[in-house]
Amino acid sequence: MFIFFQKSDPFPGPAPIPEDRLQKFKRKDKLKKPHRKQHKLRDIIARSEDASEMAQKQAARFDLLLPEEAGFLEGDEDEDTCMISQEDIAEAVDITSGAKYFNLKLSQFGPYRLDYSKTGRHLLLGGRRGHVACIDWASKQLMCEINVMESVNDVKWLHTEAMYAVAQKKWLYIYDSNGIELHCIRKFNDVLRMQFLPYHFLLATASATSFLQYLDVSVGKEVAAICTKTGRLDVMCQNPHNAIIHLGHANGTVTLWSPNQKEALVKMLCHQGGVRSVAVDKTGTYMVTSGMDKKLKVYDVRTFKPLKSYFLPAGAACLSLSQRGLLSAATGDVVQVYKDVCSMPVTKPYMAHRLRGTVWGLHFCPFEDVLGVGHGDGFTSMLVPGAGEPNFDGLDANPYRSAKQRQEWEVKALMEKIQPDLISLDPTELAQVDQATWEQRHQDRVEVLGFDPLAKEKFVPKYKKKGRSSAGAIERRKKQVAHEEQRDVIRKSVEDKMKMEKERKERERKKAALSTQKSALDRFKK
Amino acid sequence: MQPGGPGIPQCNARSPSLFTINTWLVCSLLANIFVAIIFPFCKRVPLRYQMKVKVIARNPDDYVRETKLDIQRVPRNYDPSLHPFEVSREYTRALNATKLERVFAKPFVASLDGHRDGVNCMAKHAKSLSTLLSGSCDGELKVWNLSKHECVRTLQAHEGFVRGMVVRYCGTSFFTVGDDKTIKQWKMESPGYGEEEEPINTILGKTVYTGLDHHQNDPVFATCGQQVDIWDEQRSSPIRSFTWGVDSFSSVHFNPVETELLASCASDRSIVLYDMRESTPLKKVIMTMRSNTLSWNPMEAYYFTCANEDYNLYTYDMRYLAKPIMVHMDHVSAVLDVDYAPTGKEFVSASFDKTIRIFAKDGGHSREVYHTKRMQHVICIKWSADNKYILSGSDEMNIRLWKANAAEKLGVLAPREREAANYSQKLKEKFQHHPQIRRIARHRHLPKTIYHQTKELRVMKEARRRKEKNVRKHSKPGSVPVVSEKEKHVVTVVK
Repeated sequence: MFIFFQKSDPFPGPAPIPEDRLQKFKRKDKLKKPHRKQHKLRDIIARSEDASEMAQKQAARFDLLLPEEAGFLEGDEDEDTCMISQEDIAEAVDITSGAKYFNLKLSQFGPYRLDYSKTGRHLLLGGRRGHVACIDWASKQLMCEINVMESVNDVKWLHTEAMYAVAQKKWLYIYDSNGIELHCIRKFNDVLRMQFLPYHFLLATASATSFLQYLDVSVGKEVAAICTKTGRLDVMCQNPHNAIIHLGHANGTVTLWSPNQKEALVKMLCHQGGVRSVAVDKTGTYMVTSGMDKKLKVYDVRTFKPLKSYFLPAGAACLSLSQRGLLSAATGDVVQVYKDVCSMPVTKPYMAHRLRGTVWGLHFCPFEDVLGVGHGDGFTSMLVPGAGEPNFDGLDANPYRSAKQRQEWEVKALMEKIQPDLISLDPTELAQVDQATWEQRHQDRVEVLGFDPLAKEKFVPKYKKKGRSSAGAIERRKKQVAHEEQRDVIRKSVEDKMKMEKERKERERKKAALSTQKSALDRFKK
Repeated sequence: MQPGGPGIPQCNARSPSLFTINTWLVCSLLANIFVAIIFPFCKRVPLRYQMKVKVIARNPDDYVRETKLDIQRVPRNYDPSLHPFEVSREYTRALNATKLERVFAKPFVASLDGHRDGVNCMAKHAKSLSTLLSGSCDGELKVWNLSKHECVRTLQAHEGFVRGMVVRYCGTSFFTVGDDKTIKQWKMESPGYGEEEEPINTILGKTVYTGLDHHQNDPVFATCGQQVDIWDEQRSSPIRSFTWGVDSFSSVHFNPVETELLASCASDRSIVLYDMRESTPLKKVIMTMRSNTLSWNPMEAYYFTCANEDYNLYTYDMRYLAKPIMVHMDHVSAVLDVDYAPTGKEFVSASFDKTIRIFAKDGGHSREVYHTKRMQHVICIKWSADNKYILSGSDEMNIRLWKANAAEKLGVLAPREREAANYSQKLKEKFQHHPQIRRIARHRHLPKTIYHQTKELRVMKEARRRKEKNVRKHSKPGSVPVVSEKEKHVVTVVK
């Protein structure tokens, strides 16, 4: 008889997944189990929760296979990272990354606003005096360059690098990537700022006449025009998590808007002076605002509570949050980048850079460690290690996509375009069971109509022939039904009273059980 | 906060001050300018800081395909923050999938033409998916090739109706019973050149036989007429007969899983269960109206569904016949035939109201209805053994071939197609309760007669319910018991 030495597995079972990685993929908490008698429902819920957990675990395991890692910058012990200049960084890294730090000297056409496309490959520059250029900034290839001969307030890429919108002095224009004017939309006048909601294909514009307008760029229709009645709208940003537009006002308030309501969803008083800039992070948790009162404040945008407040000697005119949570603030001609401003108290900037002109536009490049700054002297692209998300998803925004891939992606994105009705503060509203809506709607209808359409109609006795509809007979019939209703009402009230009695007794019993004080009268209690 | 040099004010304890950094910057820049001005002829040595730095640097070779013949590279990152609006996007996809399902819902495949009288019964071939046998009301029997949609063999089986037919489990022969009181066994293969169509075996009986079924594994078959007989293939008289005081039985079926059990529908509105090994029937359940036929669930041994004259189908658990597991309501006229899918999850029913309905095994209402202007009363129905097709034989001498899944694409699917179809299916299931999606998924076009008839039946049911409620309200509490819908249709169970 052989005795086999069974080599036992020193690490039995599947590999453990670190808790924080699992937390990243966690969606909702587990549901409360339904009543035991509801077998089918319990079964369905248990199965779907199992499948969901397995999917989350698989996604967490896949995290290990991500090819790239985030950037970082660490100075030596006694040196601050903010003293390191851009030239030093550019020299220290490899040549292609070093080429990402460059300056475009365009001092003729005024301070520049900029926008990076969703994939991060294409850059759109708009100078105040009419110069509009789009560049593939990595290869420094110029796609188009035009002068629109009017003042340009803002520029924005649409869903691909094929079209962009320019808010000019009077109206809104849409151009092709070859510089051809495609549309002049006169309904959108005096536009100062624009935001593009990529998953809804909506271009939200804020105008000087305090109108917030939404344009569906896939069908070309104006979805909503909201008169905000709050004055000149110069400060605007979107919450990428739920597609809500944040507007900053001169009285220090920040208001939140969705195209479905004519009033603001939320009004928050953020600063004592005017609000100069607003930025929201990509998970939709933190909102950073800067105001004329020289303060920089961090709010939790889900609970609308202030988290942190910092003092800046000069208020930040532009703010931008990167994909990995770095905040860039521009004051005058200096740009400062702060790390982890939302979670930990920050005492000094991560990086700083001085430019040649006043900063007019600030934007982090989506999947690169690059910060684009538009200023009075042109455009500067800064290296900010650790700003960009290192691993992109090829099916969503792929900087290396071919033309065919872009076309396929565009078709799929158009088919999955979310209707503007679904924009609300909580994007997961559809996934929740809706219990209150019917009752709410019913109440609203009762209020509007003045009566309850579902209430039982007053009993009208049928007119019977052959003398059976004498006054006495009719009264008798009416009395029968009236007694019925009375009986119902009495029965219901008795039931309610009994239920309340029972609950009260339960509560008292529980309280008595918890309380340890004994009184002399306890022996008389049943 | 580290002091960078002399004369720099300390920070406030209350709010961290950041203006000191600006002064550092100014100092460093001034230092640069100073150096440049003072030493214009020296090569300016840049300030070098010791640092560790890494910037995202992607190699395009890792992200772009090598040659035109490769597939594109698609790196994935499942981080939820990169994919916002999960629920809304899935909802939109589910909505699109539901709409597309309605667009592609074209269930009719083919019509098999050839019978000269209404099709009365059909039989699936035990071994071959593409063979179907059908018997008509003039005694004619046809064997069809379903892939070519043509009849391969015709023979005159009986004089009068062909009441029942079944293919033997080995697939080499089949049995038929007809109005001329005979049971005939035929060979499956066509007769050779010059030979005449002759049954292998003929058994003459004394009474008309109305139904026939064969055992799954043994050479035993059962017929029903005035009583239920169990026959051995070698004998010309039944080995056992079951009676229970009923004058006629309409159909008999063997249980495909528990192969010794039988069930039959009798004309006294009852369903009788037998065990072949016993000498007397097991038990019977009497209902309010007569059942035309029944079908056993091929996956669950104890469930069977019977097609009743009161427009409903009832699924019973064989062990507890007092209350049906489910009442399936949707037809507007008597249900004539029922057949289960081989998965046991769904069944199809044929009704006198010229429609075919597909029900889930535990669904009170149908998930699908098939109808055509040309299809009249559907007499018999079969679900094909590969779970993909439904065969219906109707009064107007045609057998129709339908898809079980109306929007399914037939044929071999590429792996991506299959995955996309599975994904759409799962999305539709996930969001099936949302009002917009439910409205679109439920929408079916019905012939006007059936639409109005359904409304009328609903009004009648509502009136009956209201009356019962009023009676209960005005009687002594407890004197009018609440009878659930399921219990309403069962009269009694007799052991």
